[in-house]
Amino acid sequence: MRIRISHSIAYAYAEPARHITQILRLTPRDHDGQHVMSWRIEPTVDGRLRATQDAFGNIVHSFSADGPIAEMAIKVDGLIETSDLAGVLRGTAERVPVDVFRRETLLTAPDEALRRFSAEATHAAGTPLSQMHALMEALHAGVACIETDERTGVGAAAAFAASEGIAQDVAHIFIACARHLGMPARYVSGYVAQSESLRHANGAHAWAEIHLDDYGWIGFDAANNLCPTDTHVRVATGLDFSGAAPARGARAGGDGEALAVRISAREDGSRLTEQ
Amino acid sequence: MHDTRRPSDTSRLVAKRPELTMLSRTADSLYWVSRYVERAEYLARILDATMRLSNLPSSYGGAGSEWQSAVATAGCEDTFAKAYGEANERNVCDFLTFNPDNPSSIRNCLALARSNARGVRTALTSEMWDALNGAWLELQRFEKKRMDREEFARFLDWVKNVSLVFDGSAYRTMLRDDGYWFSRLGVYIERADNTARILDVKYHVLLPANEQVGGSLDYFQWTTVLREVSALTAYHWVYREAVKPILIADLLILNRRMPRSLAACYENISRFLDQLGDSYGRHGPAQRQARKTLANLSNTSIDDIFQHGLHEFIEDFITENNRLGGTIFEQYLQ
Amino acid sequence: MAAFDEMTGSGAELRPAYDALDRWLKEAPPEMLALRRSQAELFFRRIGITFAVYGDEESTERLIPFDIIPRVLTKPEWTRLEAGLRQRVTALNMFLADVYGPKECLKAGIIPPDLVYRNACYQLDMVDFAVPHGIYCHIAGIDIVRVDADTFYVLEDNARTPSGVSYMMENREVMLRLFPELFATHRVAPVDNYPDQLLATLRSVAPRTASSDPTICLLTPGQFNSAFYEHSFLADKLGVELVEGSDLLVKDDVVYMRTTQGPKRVDVIYRRIDDDFIDPLVFRGDSVLGVPGLIGAYKAGNVTLANAVGTGVADDKAVYSYMPEIVKFFTGEEPILKNVPTWRCREPDANAYVLDNLEKLVVKEVNGSGGYGMLVGPHANKAQIETFRRKLKAQPEGFIAQPTLALSTCPTFVASGVAPRHVDLRPYVLSGANGISCVPGGLTRVALKEGSLVVNSSQGGGTKDTWVLDA
Repeated sequence: MRIRISHSIAYAYAEPARHITQILRLTPRDHDGQHVMSWRIEPTVDGRLRATQDAFGNIVHSFSADGPIAEMAIKVDGLIETSDLAGVLRGTAERVPVDVFRRETLLTAPDEALRRFSAEATHAAGTPLSQMHALMEALHAGVACIETDERTGVGAAAAFAASEGIAQDVAHIFIACARHLGMPARYVSGYVAQSESLRHANGAHAWAEIHLDDYGWIGFDAANNLCPTDTHVRVATGLDFSGAAPARGARAGGDGEALAVRISAREDGSRLTEQ
Repeated sequence: MHDTRRPSDTSRLVAKRPELTMLSRTADSLYWVSRYVERAEYLARILDATMRLSNLPSSYGGAGSEWQSAVATAGCEDTFAKAYGEANERNVCDFLTFNPDNPSSIRNCLALARSNARGVRTALTSEMWDALNGAWLELQRFEKKRMDREEFARFLDWVKNVSLVFDGSAYRTMLRDDGYWFSRLGVYIERADNTARILDVKYHVLLPANEQVGGSLDYFQWTTVLREVSALTAYHWVYREAVKPILIADLLILNRRMPRSLAACYENISRFLDQLGDSYGRHGPAQRQARKTLANLSNTSIDDIFQHGLHEFIEDFITENNRLGGTIFEQYLQ
Repeated sequence: MAAFDEMTGSGAELRPAYDALDRWLKEAPPEMLALRRSQAELFFRRIGITFAVYGDEESTERLIPFDIIPRVLTKPEWTRLEAGLRQRVTALNMFLADVYGPKECLKAGIIPPDLVYRNACYQLDMVDFAVPHGIYCHIAGIDIVRVDADTFYVLEDNARTPSGVSYMMENREVMLRLFPELFATHRVAPVDNYPDQLLATLRSVAPRTASSDPTICLLTPGQFNSAFYEHSFLADKLGVELVEGSDLLVKDDVVYMRTTQGPKRVDVIYRRIDDDFIDPLVFRGDSVLGVPGLIGAYKAGNVTLANAVGTGVADDKAVYSYMPEIVKFFTGEEPILKNVPTWRCREPDANAYVLDNLEKLVVKEVNGSGGYGMLVGPHANKAQIETFRRKLKAQPEGFIAQPTLALSTCPTFVASGVAPRHVDLRPYVLSGANGISCVPGGLTRVALKEGSLVVNSSQGGGTKDTWVLDA
């Protein structure tokens, strides 16, 4: 599937910012089943944009600009060609040992309820793979994924207690459970193309990847109750959201920030528009 | 053992003078410590003078409006109106002394002075710190007491004394470098603002239209103005005649011998800014602005001021003085 | 189990180091000792007063009790200790350079890789990053306990931001004022050159791009941090600016401090803020204490952080148990300082032993800190022991166990007079491009309660001056 993505993160400040620094994890990489045909990141104000890689191999742009800045936006446009590999990941640049992904983090720390849930959800399943599928089913059934720009994540335990959360929270719950069961797990931030069959699509999304000895990394999108298909575009991975967040920023001045995010991810109809 | 800010600063006599480095936050704190202490003293003076005025038989006094006027002079009419309805002795004294919700109450001024000082503890001399820390402890004792008028008068004297001790410690113990200059700038910017506010609120009693023969109601208003800046005695020494509004204005605005006059404040502000500029090797907008205001105060006469409008003059001055505070902030403190 | 007393050994003889002190103690009337103690307290109030003791609502700090009887170490004792400390810190730095670099010790099987990789203190951002001059742990505080005349154990390696050195210096300062006569009869090695050594260490690790006169600052979380007094004390003694996160800014990967004369470039930051809070763009985003972009500047090689980011992996409890092997692997020498014998419950034989002897042992959670998740067998009740038994069976790799040690005691002036109390020792070891240095002695902490082994100030611990005799 050819997916056209446009993503705009716009900031407006009641009092102009004197200086802005942003760390952007907004650039996908190639791997089996995902080819980046074109990709552009463009801030709307002049500044310094520099690309590096982080420890996980994510492409990281750091952007800094001097004010006064009353408003600015980061605009991302790109075209990706994907194919469905049933969630199995191959051809990625793996930079850190798998053991790293057994770590517990602030956002993925399990509580007693989560531990019980992971045990109950998986006790009937045999292989680790079927355990993860069982976990996905149970999580999908038990925790509602809320589609909203208004909320930020609350972490695995809190979201589980509330029986609902944004996609980020659902992914954190899955990761917390998997790690508790002894499996290396990581967070993925990306996009899902608009699709008739998926509830959570056409926009930014988050899911989990689990490392299984026999298969390597496999994706689990519990919000949609499936392993990622060709509708999914992987952008960044990390131990949890904080290491894979699309944008992290700091500024001097710039009180009264208003944030507006617009995302579209759609199948690209016209092959002739290819650049 | 913490008398000096940094050892390197004391080595003035060596051939290569070490570069001065002062964090903007440190300078900002020193500046505000002084401003808050000065403001606390000023509030105590207003209350003291207002008490005296309100004690007069009503045929001499301003029929109760003196408390409203005290709030106006303290520059916090809006906050007061929200918190209290009526401006009477009890409400105003409470509001200006211990009220924790009034950002400019004496209590909050001393608290802010101390917390600013605490953050930059080693930039202060131990004498300055002891003055502030001791005041803060003592204040809590006063706060718990129920005060009658006599006790309240003692309290106001104590506040003035705190300011004297702090100011004296700074004068006697601080190294004469940027830390001292920033601290002095705080004193004089605040003081100029305070004197100007008194004039702003009381300008109408100083205008010729209102002038009546000695012994009128206004006489007591005039002496109140002088008391608020503790200049009653100075007035007599300087002018050697009965209290006259135009001379009060002259004393408070143009007379450089009077330490709280606007001219004296700007003489100091300009001097300390120049010393900063010299030691940093760069003069900027703050220096230019202060010099301009000082020149203006030097080249004008009190008759000119009355001719062009005392009220307008004072309003312009307050705006300019605030602007200079802003310029100092932009040039050095942020 | 009788503890070794540093003055009287097993109880009978008088150890030579304490000769003069013993005579003096015998002659000193208790009233004089009590008087001097209150004078010492007054001194500490006066200097510490500025931040704490006044009971205002913001203050969180209290005075840590000071014991006026010094702890005495002989020159030969110290010489051996110092050699051991140098060796240990050398190994710590080599270990850190290795786990963030070639990982030889993992390949050689010296330490199980997952102990490193699963450790939250192992900072992935530091992997394959060459820290300035190859030094990670510039300031280490190695906690030492003694069990007999010859045996010193390392109890803990503090490789992050060890504190307490201001107490070491102030303790000496007050002793010099109160007991000049004791210093006339003892040749005590001075400690007041510590700030000079620290400054030299910090200067030596400035980035190679910095000028010959690098700008150094000390980064504090602020005046409400419990160690703020120490931060301000050290900045003052070092003659460097004491900065908060908001005083620093990063532009184009260069760190500046905001001064009254505009931004001034900073070359070395002695930071007393934990990794997690140091840069909200990389670590905890909710941190307001740190400096956005600092890690970027660090990795661009434009600023040195002391200590380096990620040193916590070296002082982790599980890694601790491998320190003897680590010392040997990297230095090629036998460790001079021993570890407290430690059972790693991840090893089945060890766990079996621990499970059989819970009532005798101290069991610590590997990732726990501050006494959380700790079982002190001899002081625990049946229920607590059973809880730990279950935990150990369920997740053995989460725990280590150690014997309860009989820490040495020193004469201490307490309510009942002069009596032995348990002590430990934290020497401070500095590592720079200019080599390793360590002022003689360190901070002695003493458990003031009779029989107590807990020297932490939060639990009734105090401090003593530590004397290394030169002759």
